[in-house]
Amino acid sequence: MLKRIAFGSAIGALAAGGALAQDIDVTLGVLNDRSGVYADLSGEGSVVATRMAVEDFDAAGKGLNVEIISADHQNKPDIGSNIARQWYDVDGVNAIIDVPTSSVALAVADITAEKNGVLLDSGAGSTALTREQCQPNTVHWTYDTAALANGTGGAVTNAGGEKWFFLTADYAFGHSLEENTMAVVKENGGEVVGNVRHPFPSQDFSSFLLQAQGSGADVIGLANAGGDTVNAIKQASEFGITQAGQKLAALLMFVTDVHSLGAETAQGLNLTEAFYWDQNDATRDWSARFEEAHGAKPTMVHAGAYSATLAYLAAVEALGSAEDGAAIVAKMKEADIDDALFGKTKVRGDGRAIHDMYLFQVKAPGDSTGEWDLYEQISTISGEDAFLPMLDECDFTKK
Amino acid sequence: MAMNDAGAAGPKTADDAPARPAGMPMLHKAIFGILLIFLLALPFLVYPIFAMKVMCFALFAAAFNLLLGFGGLLSFGHAAYFGGASYVAAHAAKVWGLTPELSVLAGTAAAAFLGLIIGALSIRRQGIYFAMVTLAFAQMVYFLSLQLPFTGGEDGIQSVPRGDLFGLIPLQDNISLYFFVLAVTFGGILFLYRIVHSPFGQVLKAIRENEPRAVSLGYNVNRYKLLVFVLSATFAGLAGATKSQVFQLASLTDVHWSMSGEVVLMTLLGGMGTIFGPLVGAAAIVTMQNYLATLGAWVTIIQGVIFVIGVLLFREGIVGVISRWLKRPL
Amino acid sequence: MFELLGIPPQVLLGQLLLGLINGSFYAVLSLGLAVIFGLLNIINFAHGALYMMGAFVAWMLLNYVGIGYWPALILAPLIVGAFGIVLERTMLARLYHLDHLYGLLLTFGLALIIQGLFRNYYGISGLPYRIPDILSGGHNLGFMFMPNYRAWVVVASVIVCFGTWFMIEKTRLGAYLRAATENPVLVGAFGINVPLMITLTYGFGVALAGFAGVLAAPIYSVNPNMGADMIIVVFAVVVIGGMGSIMGAILTGYILGLVEGLTRVFYPEGSAVVIFVIMAIVLLIKPEGLFGRAA
Repeated sequence: MLKRIAFGSAIGALAAGGALAQDIDVTLGVLNDRSGVYADLSGEGSVVATRMAVEDFDAAGKGLNVEIISADHQNKPDIGSNIARQWYDVDGVNAIIDVPTSSVALAVADITAEKNGVLLDSGAGSTALTREQCQPNTVHWTYDTAALANGTGGAVTNAGGEKWFFLTADYAFGHSLEENTMAVVKENGGEVVGNVRHPFPSQDFSSFLLQAQGSGADVIGLANAGGDTVNAIKQASEFGITQAGQKLAALLMFVTDVHSLGAETAQGLNLTEAFYWDQNDATRDWSARFEEAHGAKPTMVHAGAYSATLAYLAAVEALGSAEDGAAIVAKMKEADIDDALFGKTKVRGDGRAIHDMYLFQVKAPGDSTGEWDLYEQISTISGEDAFLPMLDECDFTKK
Repeated sequence: MAMNDAGAAGPKTADDAPARPAGMPMLHKAIFGILLIFLLALPFLVYPIFAMKVMCFALFAAAFNLLLGFGGLLSFGHAAYFGGASYVAAHAAKVWGLTPELSVLAGTAAAAFLGLIIGALSIRRQGIYFAMVTLAFAQMVYFLSLQLPFTGGEDGIQSVPRGDLFGLIPLQDNISLYFFVLAVTFGGILFLYRIVHSPFGQVLKAIRENEPRAVSLGYNVNRYKLLVFVLSATFAGLAGATKSQVFQLASLTDVHWSMSGEVVLMTLLGGMGTIFGPLVGAAAIVTMQNYLATLGAWVTIIQGVIFVIGVLLFREGIVGVISRWLKRPL
Repeated sequence: MFELLGIPPQVLLGQLLLGLINGSFYAVLSLGLAVIFGLLNIINFAHGALYMMGAFVAWMLLNYVGIGYWPALILAPLIVGAFGIVLERTMLARLYHLDHLYGLLLTFGLALIIQGLFRNYYGISGLPYRIPDILSGGHNLGFMFMPNYRAWVVVASVIVCFGTWFMIEKTRLGAYLRAATENPVLVGAFGINVPLMITLTYGFGVALAGFAGVLAAPIYSVNPNMGADMIIVVFAVVVIGGMGSIMGAILTGYILGLVEGLTRVFYPEGSAVVIFVIMAIVLLIKPEGLFGRAA
């Protein structure tokens, strides 16, 4: 709705003249937060990443006329679902991309199934997308709360943080992250001493932090994201909580959050991501191109929007049509993907993309060589260990 | 004193007199007729969901106008009934599995109940205080909507099934749902029209024009105020409950105070105290929001500017001005 | 260590202290509303937006002009107050002969415009504003770690609130003001320029909102929506306190902040509604408000 960028249609029309076997119209809608707390980690960057995927796929050369539109769902389920409905009904959108904020993503997933479109989710975290509310038209690409819990939750508990108190964003994503992390903490011999839910988004965490402080926990688990996490960490330091010996575990942090906090405040934090720009030559090359177009390094959400779009376009090309969303997703599930950014990736029957996850630690300011040189990789978590096993009733390849 | 007041209020009631006993005047009949024909054709001309949204808001604004335009009471918390009803209706359809008409009824009943409680407390204050009190109560409803377990917090109630009307007629299709919504909202608006032109409506106008005089005439003013408050809340609820069936969703947006402000804006823009003003105002605002959505925050700014211009220069509203030109009440 | 109803004292005292800090903002804001209402009979719905504007002006002074926190504490309220004077002269002044509800509607529209403009240019994710160096850090009070800046907020608000009270209740200027509230025509007949006084009063009330905004900037991230929900709570505070007295507005602000803090200890989920519940009760028992005069 916001911007329409036509790709390849002009070139495609010139080259058409019978030279190409197919001429497929594809409309991609990037639906995310363009002005709020998640705007930096998704926002315009995901549109840039999607555009790069269309170019790198050489869509025009392969006879795909791809058009990209985008809109701001403002993190509100009603706005998001209205846009999604209108995109499918009126604007002929074939696939919706990104959709951070789990409450919105779940609403969009249902509409997508109803309209037989495709949801390529990169930004949202709730495991419900591929479990309680699984749909044959959903692909959940980048990460989920179980993977975060297994990564950061496991690492912090094993490092001696046994008693946990949770500070949780009060919506689908926060609940899911809290639940998954509690399970991991208990599995590793830890204990949960309490939790508190805060409104989303929130500005003042002081009273919640005070509760956390009074709980006697070793670790305060921040089951929130984006601007909320950044504010909570800042205020914890203002109230001397970290100085007094309690540890913070930011269960979901993006490289843009760490960048805005600064290495000084964030140093030593453990975090789990599916992608970091400085992992290998391929990620560095891609990230450099992204930075040139967007002005900041990519987050894993941006990378996920790119890679999921590539996989989607390949399936559309193979099928020769973008109309039947369920068939395209089924095709994506057949492919063995070797992705430049995520490595070996397999889209499972329930729509969960399985790839490696990584545990990072934020570098101390002295060890950092540049403003974006922020992470040190601690370990790799294989896809099988990171994500929850598939529920039988969600295996759509069997049906 | 009483004589003077009677003299001042006299001409006003005389103006309304022709509209009273003999049923609907021809002009209004004609407008409603043309409107109905237009609405029957509308879903084939524009996106039906958009058309349904306009109708829900038109009913909402008409219900609000009953209170402000005819009762003279400015409530700044009507989102509570609109959104509250949408939550109850969504819950009824999704969890209790009720049919659409029963879900809508459940939501409407909830709004009426809410209106009764809040109304009984709020009418103890007048003017600006009344506005602030209704606002504060609506905010209370907002927090309840955020925190009660059945409302789903920030997620809202999603994927509300569209169900079968009376358990027989499927409404999954946009067009068939459209005619259900048309029947509900058009019926609601006609009913509001009847209320305004009933003896009850006349008493309301008398209270609005001169409350002490109405008291001295022996009317129990507070009972009338409460009744109009409850009626207004009920129809606002009917609109909200219907909207939740259209969008298959109940969310915090509909209970937030900015929604209360929006309905004031619609009524003000269209012309408060007119029959057709709220419908015009609602159509104008919803259309603007829909087609200017790409401008982001500018929509809010434009709404604010309309508010300011409306209050400073244009207090009669669109229909009010037309009505003055035609020299007939609209 | 003693315990109260199973609540550790550090939690109880800590939350009360946080409540007092919130109450400081309520007090300054409801004071501004009460001052404006007293003379203009207008409920200033734009108060929250102007509070937000105060925070933004402080941020802009720092980032565009390089003016730090302390000068901003004076400058930003002046700028916001001047802006308010322009609003009053160009718009509000045209409404005094009409129903007071139009004032509420107009200021509501103004609030939408101001918030929309800031949201358009700065997004809603919030901008950071550093705590001034002299007030960074904090003290360990035994039961909690008290950041110096938050202690300063309480002190500053108390000074401003009681200074304003003194000016209105105990000085000659304040006497004119109170007289004009009672009977503007008579005061005008004594040769006092009532319209000018009205304008300046609005400017002053709005400047108080701007001052609260600067105080809030380092605590909350500077955000276009920061005033939007605050104003509704402050309305409830004003209804509870009643519009009759300046002192009523101030005290109710602090008391309700404390009540909110106390609720957080015993029933955290209820903290957001407790003020509205109290409002309903007060309306039932004493409709004119705790400190209000019967209307």
